[in-house]
Amino acid sequence: MNKVSGLARLLEAGHFGVTCEIGPPKGVAVDTLSEKGSWVKGYVDAANVTDCQTAVVRLSSIAAAVHLKSLGLEPVVQMTGRDRNRIAIQSDLLGAYSLGLRNVLCLTGDHQRFGNHPEAKGVFDLDSVQMVEMVRRMGDPGEFLCGEPIRGELPVFFVGAVENPFAGSPELRVRRLAKKIEAGAKFIQTQCVFDLEGFRRFMALVRARGLDRRCHIVAGVTPLKSARMARFMRDQVAGISIPDKVVNRIEAGADPAATGVDLCVEQICELRRIEGVTGVHIMAINWEQVVPEIVRRAGLYPRPAC
Amino acid sequence: MIVAEPKSFGELVEMVGDHRRLLVASCSGCTAVGGVGGVRQARELACALRIHFRIRGVELATEVAGVTRQCDPEFVAELDGAVDRNEAVLSLGCGVGVQFLADRFNRVPVFPGLNTRFAGGLTAAGIWEEKCRLCGDCILHLTGGICPLTRCAKGILNGPCGGSQDGLCEVGDGMPCAWQLIYERLSSLGRVGLLEQIRRPRNWADSGGGPRRLGNGGAGE
Amino acid sequence: MNPDPRIIAFCCCNCAYAAADLAGAMRASYASEIAIVAIPCTGAVEPTVVLAAFEEGADGVIVAGCLDGECHYKSGNLRARERVNVLRSMLETIGLEPERLEMYQVSAAMGTRFAEIASEFAGRIRGMDPSPVRKPRGEGGEPG
Ligand code: SF4
Repeated sequence: MNKVSGLARLLEAGHFGVTCEIGPPKGVAVDTLSEKGSWVKGYVDAANVTDCQTAVVRLSSIAAAVHLKSLGLEPVVQMTGRDRNRIAIQSDLLGAYSLGLRNVLCLTGDHQRFGNHPEAKGVFDLDSVQMVEMVRRMGDPGEFLCGEPIRGELPVFFVGAVENPFAGSPELRVRRLAKKIEAGAKFIQTQCVFDLEGFRRFMALVRARGLDRRCHIVAGVTPLKSARMARFMRDQVAGISIPDKVVNRIEAGADPAATGVDLCVEQICELRRIEGVTGVHIMAINWEQVVPEIVRRAGLYPRPAC
Repeated sequence: MIVAEPKSFGELVEMVGDHRRLLVASCSGCTAVGGVGGVRQARELACALRIHFRIRGVELATEVAGVTRQCDPEFVAELDGAVDRNEAVLSLGCGVGVQFLADRFNRVPVFPGLNTRFAGGLTAAGIWEEKCRLCGDCILHLTGGICPLTRCAKGILNGPCGGSQDGLCEVGDGMPCAWQLIYERLSSLGRVGLLEQIRRPRNWADSGGGPRRLGNGGAGE
Repeated sequence: MNPDPRIIAFCCCNCAYAAADLAGAMRASYASEIAIVAIPCTGAVEPTVVLAAFEEGADGVIVAGCLDGECHYKSGNLRARERVNVLRSMLETIGLEPERLEMYQVSAAMGTRFAEIASEFAGRIRGMDPSPVRKPRGEGGEPG
């Protein structure tokens, strides 16, 4: 069993990382999950498995991560505080570690109101900052949140967190990012970037505080499949900013999906040039099969061995 | 104050059921101030119930009793005689009041006339907003006098989350993002540095771990 | 159909009550089944009073106050209008037709208009069934 996270080794070695997102099925259709895994295998350094994203019940992120791992992928387990209290989170993470999973991305979680069980009780015992710190301390110095030591092998995870550079004042976002890093986040995955100018301003603030030297910043990208999707994400999804010129270009293109891929590849190339960005995270929502093309065309293939 | 709202008329009719003599108990505390549980509302409701039952060919006798505060056993005791004259009690107090009545009058059923919603106050004409979650461990000195536990939809202590946009919370309804408000307030107070301190996980033992009790039973008097 | 309806009209003495008076002085004929109750302002008509009228068997209730901007207490008529709206939906919930309650606004000089309104409303109520709450005349209601 691998003792340490492959993703961590690769990023620490200075490689520009490529990760992607895989949404588990809304059921037990593991073959569709494996199919998605087989599409991206070899093209990404890690596959990030969502935890009932947008509060819709799906196959658990830990179970899905185990399935992907058996295919030879390096999974990142997403863990939200929406559905679990501190006892459940720690317990699930011990389980995840015992199954060979080494990467955890801590999120507060989308509000249950958006999902398919809007009447559920939101737990939110811990927020993402508190969760990051708890997971870090489980590995080092090796104790539960209550302070009790963990006996035997310690669950040392490569701990990540997310940041949305576009949610409210960038100055406030950077302050919060600093807190997550202080709490122990070793990699930060950002919300998908369409507004490069806004993202550059954000990164300037990040660098001004030296935060880029304390963690790996993996910028999120999303290939837009259609003009409808572009408009929907611009108008309906909280915390996403898509400049009109991006939407216009998709609308004008004869083949919107091809234009979406072009745009995504261009964005990755731009992001690579921004100081402090050490990887990209491709969120191809229900479109995982496009990931290899994007990775190839962005000049990020083949991937280094980790 | 405690903010409550009337239950639907249909629900009340169902509760009253076959009872023919109903005591409607108002409360002059929070629910009267909130315009849902005072003597006036009790009279209106009693009359509406009588009309409704009469249309269905049933005579419902009602009696309205004003209680100063239903959350105080001394005032509740004043209802003894009235309760004796009736078969059931409909309380227009908050959930606390209903329980005080139910504890004292265990011979008759006590029905809640209101849905008790939250601890809050009037922020504009006719708009009541929740302000306090009664958590028992106040941190308002750290958050510019704005409670994130109550006013952030996720109750997070290290906010804002990634859904905050244009000052509004991701859950919608035009609710402001509490953490944006906190940021603005702390900025104007020159105390924005407070946002850089990591707030540790809350101790819920005293607010989510069962019923709470306070005081030493007068032993210190 | 209800050939013998009982209608209560709560009339503000600054406008509608005076208008009713004027209608009388003008010998304008209007529905005789309307019993007029003078009140200082429609703003003073509490919901319980309207409900009590229905409980006592009224087939219809009118609340008649001043024109917009002419209330002697500034906004009593506006509050009354809001209240009447709330009461109408309440009537519906408890099992009475909301059309049994109506708010009208007139000035003291509108004697003819008052007579019209009264006849129109009485016509409406005559066209409906008697109130299901109605008891034989003379029997008292419950003490509130
Ligand atoms: S948007 Fe603001 S108020 Fe809403 S859940 Fe996020 S931090 Fe809390």
